[in-house]
Amino acid sequence: MNSRILKNNHLKVRSIFLAIALGLLFFNFSFAQSESTVEQAEEAEAFNPGDMIMHHILDSHVWEFWEGATLHLPIIVYSKERGLEIFSSANLYDEHHNPVEYKGYTLEHEHIVRTDGVHVYDFSITKNVAALFLNSLVMLLVFIAVARGFKKNAGKAPKGIQSFFEPIIIYIRDEVIKPNIGHGYEKYVPYLLSLFFFIWFGNLFGLMPGAANLTGNIAVTATLAFFTFVITNVSGNANYWKHIFWTPGVPLPIRFIILPVELIGVITKPISLMIRLFVAISAGHIVILSLIAMAFIFQSYAVGIGSSIILVFINLIEILVATIQAYVFTIFTSVYIGLATEEAH
Amino acid sequence: MLLSILLDMSLAIMGAGIGAGLVAIGAGIGIGRIGGSAMEAMARQPEAAGKIQTAMLIIAALVEVIALFGVVVNFMISLG
Repeated sequence: MNSRILKNNHLKVRSIFLAIALGLLFFNFSFAQSESTVEQAEEAEAFNPGDMIMHHILDSHVWEFWEGATLHLPIIVYSKERGLEIFSSANLYDEHHNPVEYKGYTLEHEHIVRTDGVHVYDFSITKNVAALFLNSLVMLLVFIAVARGFKKNAGKAPKGIQSFFEPIIIYIRDEVIKPNIGHGYEKYVPYLLSLFFFIWFGNLFGLMPGAANLTGNIAVTATLAFFTFVITNVSGNANYWKHIFWTPGVPLPIRFIILPVELIGVITKPISLMIRLFVAISAGHIVILSLIAMAFIFQSYAVGIGSSIILVFINLIEILVATIQAYVFTIFTSVYIGLATEEAH
Repeated sequence: MLLSILLDMSLAIMGAGIGAGLVAIGAGIGIGRIGGSAMEAMARQPEAAGKIQTAMLIIAALVEVIALFGVVVNFMISLG
């Protein structure tokens, strides 16, 4: 299949497909066979909704799209004496999906450990990292197309995908960023728009069946919150720092009470952003999966049909929440930047 | 005695259940108040209905996240 694509490789699109195909080859895409025996063994065990939900929420070294379609992601580990080692995570599982030892490495609760106890640095492409790459790739493709359309149709009506995204971009710029940051908002627009669309796309992709829980991972939201923290404090002017360390207009003893409160406030602002996004998305997944689990717990058609009907509405609410959380994260980041760059009055 | 009570898993699960109920009460009061006030505001000023609705949805989402804190904490407790 790859050689055929190579021969017809006239279009740029083809080369993108080739890259994806090679990537999949590298990721060792494998449809597991002889699943029936495994299924029987699993059915013998009691169904545990907690484990099922945690399996879907947490990060993993394999990406299971559905029963039987598993993507074994590459494992990249670095240790001082053995250097960089790259291999597929398929080597770490036997055919019954139990962890086995390979080259002195083994999996312990989805973490790579050396059997001889030496510490290793793990740079593996896990499920969330792969989802992050996919998210970025989709964003690049979409927004390069939007930017091209904007250039081509300058002064004319937007066309195609541009006509969907341009109103959203304009809305975020004019209704969220501009009123909250105020003077000098232009230099923050690119970051805040990327932030909004990254979270939005991540939330929506996370809702798809078999997808990774990207924005419901606390490491991802912590990174986004850390960016907010850095941008807010780096762009903070003298007025901002004065209000934190030596609040004007209050009696002297009160200033010593305000100082620690303000210092805590500097850190709690991004932390609240981090926890809000993480909890909103993770809990949404937990609620959806719990309702799915109901059908398996009761093992009845009535409950299954009932929970499916509720699920449709919960999913619609989740699509709303996905948008609102991206919006809220962007609006709060703009408010914090606006507070930090406000001039004295 | 105290340790045996603290280590009793069934009590923890019961606590998670009670907690989930309390969270639902809190979130219900919160979202109900927001919705009620928004309805009143829209009835008084129908021309501002669009703006009120957007603000209502955002604040309702913020309240809902607090309720979801409860969901996550109770889920963690019931897992042990």
